[in-house]
Amino acid sequence: MTAIEVTGLRKVYGSGSTEVHALRGVDLAVEHGEYVAIVGASGSGKSTLLNVLGCLDVPTAGSYRLDGIEVATFSETQLALLRNRKIGFVFQSFNLIPRTSALSNVELPLIYAKMPRKARRARAMAALDLVGIGHRADHAPNQLSGGEQQRVAIARALVTAPTMVLADEPTGNLDSRNSADVLAVLDRLNAAGRTVVMITHEAEVAAHARRVVRVQDGLIVSDEVAGVPA
Amino acid sequence: MTETLRFALRGLAANKLRSALTTLGILIGVAAVIVLIAVGNGASVAVANSISALGTNVLTVSAQGGSRSGGKPLTLADTRALVDPLGAPDVAAATPVVSANNVSVTQADTNAAIRQFVGAEPAYLAATNGTLAQGVSFADADVAEARKVVVLGATTASTLFGAGTAVGKPVLVNNLPFTVVGVLAAKGGSGPGDPDDVAVAPLSTVQNMLTGYGGLSQILVTARAADVMAQAQAQVTAILDNRHGVTDPAKTDFRVSNPTQLLAARSAATETFTVLLAAVAAISLLVGGIGITNIMLVTVTERIREIGVRKALGAPSSAILGQFLTEATLLGLLGGGLGVAAGLAASGFTISGIKPVVSWPSVLLAFGVAAVIGLFFGSYPAHRAARMRPIEALRHD
Repeated sequence: MTAIEVTGLRKVYGSGSTEVHALRGVDLAVEHGEYVAIVGASGSGKSTLLNVLGCLDVPTAGSYRLDGIEVATFSETQLALLRNRKIGFVFQSFNLIPRTSALSNVELPLIYAKMPRKARRARAMAALDLVGIGHRADHAPNQLSGGEQQRVAIARALVTAPTMVLADEPTGNLDSRNSADVLAVLDRLNAAGRTVVMITHEAEVAAHARRVVRVQDGLIVSDEVAGVPA
Repeated sequence: MTETLRFALRGLAANKLRSALTTLGILIGVAAVIVLIAVGNGASVAVANSISALGTNVLTVSAQGGSRSGGKPLTLADTRALVDPLGAPDVAAATPVVSANNVSVTQADTNAAIRQFVGAEPAYLAATNGTLAQGVSFADADVAEARKVVVLGATTASTLFGAGTAVGKPVLVNNLPFTVVGVLAAKGGSGPGDPDDVAVAPLSTVQNMLTGYGGLSQILVTARAADVMAQAQAQVTAILDNRHGVTDPAKTDFRVSNPTQLLAARSAATETFTVLLAAVAAISLLVGGIGITNIMLVTVTERIREIGVRKALGAPSSAILGQFLTEATLLGLLGGGLGVAAGLAASGFTISGIKPVVSWPSVLLAFGVAAVIGLFFGSYPAHRAARMRPIEALRHD
């Protein structure tokens, strides 16, 4: 089954003379288990696309099916449920909850999923182990390095076993060694069958993905799988 | 539920000083409500005590208008006339009273200004619920011979003699020598009008030395029982109307007051006083509540990004609403709890001469209001947080 199916997606901000067309009709399909990098200059519309894919923003026009479900008709509460169950976010600036241990941060989506405490603990711990940071489970974000924080964020993104992990410039705030660590974790996740959609503007980061989608002026201008046009 | 509580506690702990100051606002409000209502209550109790110290089956007859307006003074003959098994079957006894205010009493080097120096007959003590702690009362013979003996109130005795024995000691009353024969037991009560700040001496002696032989200050009439007070009052009025030649009730020259009426009037006054105090306290509680709104608005603004992250992770609006409402309610409850403790502690002290009497319903009410205030004043900021759109919250710096 197709994980993401987007057709004729448009997003307009503002109105009248201040109207900005961030997306001008995007068609995109992503299968389960794919590793997709969305690349483009700043202002190209790639962030808007990711926000729509992550159900954080609603498109002006077009259809978006996530796991075959049409998202456009959903209420705010249903969207929250959808984000909780089907999407894992990794942000450029990590966005861990401050003064809260790594383990509690990873538990957070499971709390909103109303999972019982014990099961939740075990799953959060397993997710931390998976990204290789289980030994720092009780550290608060400000006691962790950037790379460690981003790995905790990845653990938080995948702990609910979502349909896909959406990463928005996941290495944008990291040095090259930590970037390599974080990308290795994402590579491993994808190798284990998880769908990963990542935004980046760095070519070498995009090279980790098998498929690279280039966005420019709100349109997809190229879509290549391992260097070959899809 | 426990998770919501945990998030809220963590939120409060993140900014301890701010949480403490907001709590302080509520604490002061709740403590003020409790203390001020307790003071109001204490004042009512003091009034009730000082009135019941008079005796609940005693009517007080006092002169009104004076001789200038043609009225007749109350006389000893009036007093005797009131004890009449035929005309006044419900009157058991009548005692003449003269009194002088602010009389100076000296013992050795100690001087005291007595609020009320009473001249009366021995029956006066019984009529005013007075009991002797030491010594004896003066007797009818003392009145007949105008002997210079005096019975002191508890406060007066302790002012003059401290803990020492007063009975048998000489004192100077307005520089005239008297002998203390007894000391009254304390009646309690406090503030202005201390019922223990008195001295009682034979009627004739006080008329001789202090007041002269004009009219009586009062006649204390003891009714047979508390439930025939109204009848006794009517009988006393009838007899005195007759003796003083009063035909128009509006132009009467004496007044018969009934302690229950007095009690009702005074309680009404102190109730107004209590309501005023409670209103002041309620305002301070309201100000504390606005403090909660203020601080929660700041907290929500500060944590917009966190709210965005939580929403991105799938927190429904209700979870965000619950988290911030719980924080605000905890502030209210914490302030309320500490306020109750502070209020009860402060009510243990005597405040401007009034011993506060804690009213438990007011404690419950103040605590409940504090909790509800957190909920009420926290709801606007919490709704604002919950309504935020995830993408805008995430973009916020």
